[in-house]
Amino acid sequence: MTTTRIRRARWTKRSGVLALATLTATLALTLLAGPAAADDINLDKYDFKVVGNVKLNSVPLEDIEIKVDGGGYSAEVKTDAEGRWAIGVPEKGDYTVTLNEDTLPTDIAVVDEADDSPNVKEVSIGPSGSAVMNFFIGRGERNQTSFFDQLVERTVNGLNFGLMLGLAAIGLSLVYGTTSISNFAHGEMVTFGALATLVMSGGLGVPIWGAIPIAILLSMAFGYVLDAGLWRPLRKRGVGVVQLMIVSIGLSLALRYIFQFFIGGGTAQLPGADSPKIKLFGSVSLSVVDMTSMGISVVVILAVAWWLVRTRIGKATRAVADNPSLAAASGIDVDFVVRVVWIVAAGLAGLSGILWAYFRPGIRWDMGAQILLLIFAAVTLGGLGTAFGALVGSIVIGLLVELSTLWISSDLKYVGALGVLVLVLLLRPQGLLGRKERVG
Amino acid sequence: MDFLQILSNTTSSILSPATIAYALAAVGLAVNFGYAGLLNMGVAASMAIGAYGYAISALTFGFPWWAGMFVGVGASIIFALLLGIPTLRLRGDYLAIVTIAAAEVVRLLFLTNTFDAITGSADGLSGYHDSFRASNPIPDGTYGIGPFTYNATGWWVRIFGLVILALAVLIVFTIMRSPWGRVVKGIREDEDAVRALGKNVYAYKMQALVIGGVFGALGGIVYALPSSVNPGVYVTSLTFFIYTALLLGGAATVFGPVLGAVLFWVVQTFLSNVLPALVTSGILPFMSTTQAQTLRFILVGVALMLLVIFKPQGLLGNKKELTFVKQ
Repeated sequence: MTTTRIRRARWTKRSGVLALATLTATLALTLLAGPAAADDINLDKYDFKVVGNVKLNSVPLEDIEIKVDGGGYSAEVKTDAEGRWAIGVPEKGDYTVTLNEDTLPTDIAVVDEADDSPNVKEVSIGPSGSAVMNFFIGRGERNQTSFFDQLVERTVNGLNFGLMLGLAAIGLSLVYGTTSISNFAHGEMVTFGALATLVMSGGLGVPIWGAIPIAILLSMAFGYVLDAGLWRPLRKRGVGVVQLMIVSIGLSLALRYIFQFFIGGGTAQLPGADSPKIKLFGSVSLSVVDMTSMGISVVVILAVAWWLVRTRIGKATRAVADNPSLAAASGIDVDFVVRVVWIVAAGLAGLSGILWAYFRPGIRWDMGAQILLLIFAAVTLGGLGTAFGALVGSIVIGLLVELSTLWISSDLKYVGALGVLVLVLLLRPQGLLGRKERVG
Repeated sequence: MDFLQILSNTTSSILSPATIAYALAAVGLAVNFGYAGLLNMGVAASMAIGAYGYAISALTFGFPWWAGMFVGVGASIIFALLLGIPTLRLRGDYLAIVTIAAAEVVRLLFLTNTFDAITGSADGLSGYHDSFRASNPIPDGTYGIGPFTYNATGWWVRIFGLVILALAVLIVFTIMRSPWGRVVKGIREDEDAVRALGKNVYAYKMQALVIGGVFGALGGIVYALPSSVNPGVYVTSLTFFIYTALLLGGAATVFGPVLGAVLFWVVQTFLSNVLPALVTSGILPFMSTTQAQTLRFILVGVALMLLVIFKPQGLLGNKKELTFVKQ
């Protein structure tokens, strides 16, 4: 008798739990069914939050779109019936809160005398773990960026991003050309440059103008170590191309998690990442860092081009990329060329990582992996194995990524670029500047 | 350190839905990569499409569980065809890059806020279990011995997964012994020779890609059965982990993928239990428990490199049957 009773008691408990689970499930379903009315997002996912309300003469406004950006993170919500909204954010740091004025009723705007773009505000998360941003709405001129200004701004950003991708893509393409490795660990070489700068400037206190060159030298040394310690022994063993590719995938995983092991899952900033923006014309403004970054990219790319076309070792590199056996037969030391290519590629990837850390902005353990596929897309678009094709491909991809946000949601901006990759292979598999024989 | 608990968790992972899901996806990948020599890096996308297809048909359209699974599998067949048409004529490494890019596109489309009402964007989907659990023939209660003790739902998910896995293994075992299997293996060894025999290489590759995609989708569904669909799961790392499991067992074998998936999860579960325990008991100094959890992923990467270099045929494989040989 007793056992039966106990069992029955357990049964009741179980059905109670079940009922609760069903209730939760139904609740979740109801919430899922009406996401349009959501007034908060990601609060359960992250520890920190930005909250606020939108009111017109103390009357709350509903369904106003609020967007929070920062540290590579971006989220959008609509205000609820009380005008309130809340967005969970992943890190303590600075965020930009934007109120979409198109969702306001007609003839009204955000008013703030002291600010010429009152619908865009900066907040930073304080020690409490949250930040408050309230918008006050009144009758007034809307702050709207004209389509042309947006187009110009996106184009400039796209060029900057494209040049930065180009630095990494040229390296990847040279490595592919000379060793036929599709190096999936190239993204980690990008991260390495940024991390080395962080360690130099943040950890050892070297000023940033000294930290960047040291980081690039360290990246080159990293390339040397990878070739001497891994790739050259594998070449000597006669390991096949597909095997090498999977080895690079393993290397990419290992390196990526080694980075996470040391710096954790958060985002770190390099000094100067928050440099002020200088107004150029219209609503187009660029920060000093952006301009310097573009300048450096252009100069370095020109230098690499000169090196490839004019110097003996550059010519030898192109010869090896063309036909390794023939190059070896004409007295070119293929192993030496490959070693130099790894060093140059790692240095370029490292520099691109530093610039990418300023562009994103922020340094993360997986930042290189985030753009690895864009680099591959750029290289394939230009034609695998051609250095100049990689540059052209990068600029096209960079522009495409930035310009596509004029029409599609910004969290889909990489989709267009990756779609192009598939399309190129369908229509012109050898890429823009490649030759047909490279496709098998 | 609680050794009994660690051992129990580790043993229990042999039968976990995640292990079954990895095994299914790895069996599919064995058809693609091991037998047909196709470097398909889009496994994560097949799994995502299976899981989302199942969950969306239940949540948005109110389909019963079996119809949802057909939708998931059907969608993955369409995905495989779409992926195959432009890429199967390309060389191996091109195929890898395109499939990995396509997989990323699929993930971003599930992740974006634009389709939040259907896909749940970053939160994923949950609460689609009613139909599947209602058809559970096992009476309520807790069954099993030792580490393999689960409730009725737990067993229903596992038994369902195991039946699907057994069917998948049986199918692969049969077709690889059939003339179809010999042609596919021939394509891996020498595509031109098979073409010279008058076979339509493109069609055979496409069929192999579709079969692999279907098993991948089923893996994704089994992965989603116990709890929820989370877009953070279907990243490129998932594809790489499945490659690790496959290469561990043996790429061109029938039982290798299953063995590889089991070993992968047993080692992962063991390390995720034992490493933090070692840190807290002071045996591994200079490390936090979070770092200890990261350490096991470093080890996966290193293991993948060592496997490919020193034992490319895997534990059960034959050195003569290697996708890697033909270059």
